[in-house]
Amino acid sequence: MSTTAVYIHVPFCRRKCLYCDFQSRPYRGQDEADYLEAIRREISLRAGEETGPADTIYFGGGTPSVVSVHVLPAVLDAIARSIGIAAGAEITAEANPESVRPDVLAAWRRAGVNRLSLGVQAWQDTLLRALGRLHDRTAVVRAYELARAAGFTNVSVDLMFGLPGQTMRDWEETLAAVAALGPEHVSAYALQVEEGTLLHRLVSLGRLSVPDEDTQADMYELLRAAMAAAGYEHYEISNFARPGFRCRHNLVYWHNGDYAGFGPAAWSHRGRRRWGNTGDLAVYAAKLAKGVLPVEQEEVVNDREAMGETMMLGLRLVEGISDAEFRAKFGLGVADAFGPEIAALTARGLLVGRDGRWQLTPRGLLLGNVVFGAFV
Amino acid sequence: MNPTAYIRNFCIIAHIDHGKSTLADRILERTQAIPARQMTEQVLDQLVEERERGITIKAKAVRLDYQAKDGQKYVLNLIDTPGHVDFSYEVSRSLAACEGAILLVDATQGIEAQTLANTYLALGHDLSIIPAINKVDLPSARPEEVRQSLKDVFGFSPEECLVTSAKTGEGVDDILEAIVQRVPPPAGDLGAPLQALVFDSHFDPYKGVIAHIRVVAGQVKPGMQIMMMSTGRTFEVTDVGVFRPAMTPVDSLGAGEVGYLAAAMKNVRDCRVGDTITEKDRPAAAPLPGYRPALPMVYCGMYPVEPSEYEELRDALEKLQLNDAAVTFEPETSEALGSGFRCGFLGLLHMDIVRERLEREYGRELIVTAPNVVYEVTTTKGERLRVQNPAALPPPSTIASLAEPHVKAQIIAPAGFVGDVMELCQGRRGQFINMEYLGSDRVLIVYDLPLGEIMFDFFDQLKSRTRGYASLDYELTGYRTEDLVKVDILVNGEIVDALSVIVHRDEAFAHGRLLVEKLRRLIPRQLFDVPIQAAIGGKVIARETIPARRKDVLAKCYGGDVTRKKKLLEKQREGKKRMKMVGSVEIPQDAFMAVLKIDK
Repeated sequence: MSTTAVYIHVPFCRRKCLYCDFQSRPYRGQDEADYLEAIRREISLRAGEETGPADTIYFGGGTPSVVSVHVLPAVLDAIARSIGIAAGAEITAEANPESVRPDVLAAWRRAGVNRLSLGVQAWQDTLLRALGRLHDRTAVVRAYELARAAGFTNVSVDLMFGLPGQTMRDWEETLAAVAALGPEHVSAYALQVEEGTLLHRLVSLGRLSVPDEDTQADMYELLRAAMAAAGYEHYEISNFARPGFRCRHNLVYWHNGDYAGFGPAAWSHRGRRRWGNTGDLAVYAAKLAKGVLPVEQEEVVNDREAMGETMMLGLRLVEGISDAEFRAKFGLGVADAFGPEIAALTARGLLVGRDGRWQLTPRGLLLGNVVFGAFV
Repeated sequence: MNPTAYIRNFCIIAHIDHGKSTLADRILERTQAIPARQMTEQVLDQLVEERERGITIKAKAVRLDYQAKDGQKYVLNLIDTPGHVDFSYEVSRSLAACEGAILLVDATQGIEAQTLANTYLALGHDLSIIPAINKVDLPSARPEEVRQSLKDVFGFSPEECLVTSAKTGEGVDDILEAIVQRVPPPAGDLGAPLQALVFDSHFDPYKGVIAHIRVVAGQVKPGMQIMMMSTGRTFEVTDVGVFRPAMTPVDSLGAGEVGYLAAAMKNVRDCRVGDTITEKDRPAAAPLPGYRPALPMVYCGMYPVEPSEYEELRDALEKLQLNDAAVTFEPETSEALGSGFRCGFLGLLHMDIVRERLEREYGRELIVTAPNVVYEVTTTKGERLRVQNPAALPPPSTIASLAEPHVKAQIIAPAGFVGDVMELCQGRRGQFINMEYLGSDRVLIVYDLPLGEIMFDFFDQLKSRTRGYASLDYELTGYRTEDLVKVDILVNGEIVDALSVIVHRDEAFAHGRLLVEKLRRLIPRQLFDVPIQAAIGGKVIARETIPARRKDVLAKCYGGDVTRKKKLLEKQREGKKRMKMVGSVEIPQDAFMAVLKIDK
């Protein structure tokens, strides 16, 4: 019996960050009650859809740490009853440092959460304030220590670079501080100025400026060097882990595997079908109250598209794509499916084939869109 | 009784924005040519572009019935004239169709360059001129000052000058009465062989080309065999009529009358503005004076963004030419841009209008190269060539001399800006001709300038240096030999023919440097370093390098993102499609216009 990757979207934040384009809304008690009731209905309605117990569960958001202490355990309980949770499952929850409390951590641990992803973002209070974050450096250290004290042996830290006003020195300091803390896993994202965000507006109005392309590239190279020096393996464009601590849940995405997403704005993927729930909490709750699934978007991909998506996702992994696995999935090799693309990208030094795998070169890691764009 | 005694043919001449179209609207209202219900602002300006730019491009004629205060009914033919220097030939043909002109002057602005140019043009056609000072309702109106300058500059007596507000309708009745009293009725012999002046034309999908005509002698009616005097081509008249402003058939049009004629002409080139129509069997002894074929002054390359849409672009140009005989085009191949057309225009505004119509009316996606004037080359063998494309200039060793068109530019500006205007003209290789005060504060400055120097941003510069107060008019004076050189642009080591320019040798270095800097900013970073060079012959005079792209990657891609990220990558790819691959470098479309936007 195969296993399942489960994603749970928690759509609440205490406050929206400047750069955020995720589905979230300010936290309110009544919304939380509606949400919990609705997501339990969704989980139970979709019980028949899954093929096996959850092997990974990921609470993302939003900010899972802002909801009441009973919410995550209640959702896990619903999953256990409808889908099942495999022994040794990886269960991650995202948390923001300012909302990490001993009682929350203890409750999560008891409910089975065994991996904590801390939204640290930066080490400089000025940068954190400018991003609209609610924590400071002291809160990071406190949250990290609380997590360790609560028994979390698998902690991940999220960082951002290319922030408005961020210097190379800031970034260096951030990386050194994180290495000193010593989490098992680090995700580091280049700030993306997404349309529709407050940040986008400020940047287009010229009120804020972000570091240029060259500085961002330098920051990325510094990141790779610092993480390697601190003993982390670089395993995905933006992800680093101590041996044995890669995020199993996210690996499912990058292997273009199946996953089941619950909650407003959550996406699911099964075979050739990918579908997404409505992001509107009221609509989400109202539909489920009537016993109707709140699906709003749906895409069915053909063979060619599935191959392209497999490339786009798989090449994000530093180890790349196994030609044998690709062949097992689609009945032909990568070079058979994408001969001209592979040839052009290899000639440009962005892609390399070795030991039966196709991988981005170090330069290709920084120019991933050029590569991905060739396949989709 | 002379049948033309109650006909008045007139036009309105004015500087741009002095209110010509608004006055025309009021006159149409007063004479009830259009029921008030149908009255839209500026009804004579039909094309969208005309409306948006607030200028009148194509001349049109409307026949109006007017009951004058003397109790008589008059027929007034209002002939609309274009208001831009690109169309000065069309203006002169419209004036030739009239006996009188209303000279409209903005009471807040006074006499400006086109006021001057158009008035002299009208005087040259012996028109009776009715000066009218417009916009007197505005608080900043200074009608007395304007009246004085009309006297000082043109010698109009203060009593002759009417005051009006086309916006409120004040004074419009006085203008109508003045037309009746001061404009002479047309003369003309009904029995003489037909002479009809074509002052405009348009294409009608059912009737073919519709010629807008002023009958000068004789008469024309359906069934008649006519001949175009410039080409000798003959046609049978199918319809004659008048514009009210809708086309309304009549039995015949006689000497002195204004209207239209259709004769199953399939091509506007069969019916050129300025040509004389006569009878096939009884031709007039001579054509009416002043005809010349429209000669393009400015050329540019127009290429389809998608090479496969070449045929569609040709179809669009052909259709557009049905209505606009002044546009010329011929196939051209660029190494950089592939197959397209070299297109000729009366001027830059005309070019812009055509480009917009191609994009908007015909849905064409275009790459337009920077416009250039026509150069005259004399080769060492003594041949003379007209070069419409800098890339087509023969090798320097075979050129004995190279000449470019010059214009006489008349600029009117407040006295305080004379220094700024002169500085601008000197910087554009201008030669001072003379300067003259028009009243106490306004100065007419006359310069000889190379046309190529005023094509780019001259007018914008003039406006910005004089806080919008200066006005400009110019006329072509001829070709002059200059020390000109071709500057080539090399992208990644390859000459991009579509970016070649011809400039004066003294400016070649500065021009080349500015252009490569501009291109460095316009061309996005590629996957490899791209050198951009400017060169004369084989000699590089400027160089910049666009460093290779270093970072272009989505930081995150998790489950829910896949659909969105795919769309994002698709959007990126669509963006690239709008670039032109030159060798292995992607060049955005606007880079080909970069030459235009160089600040000198």
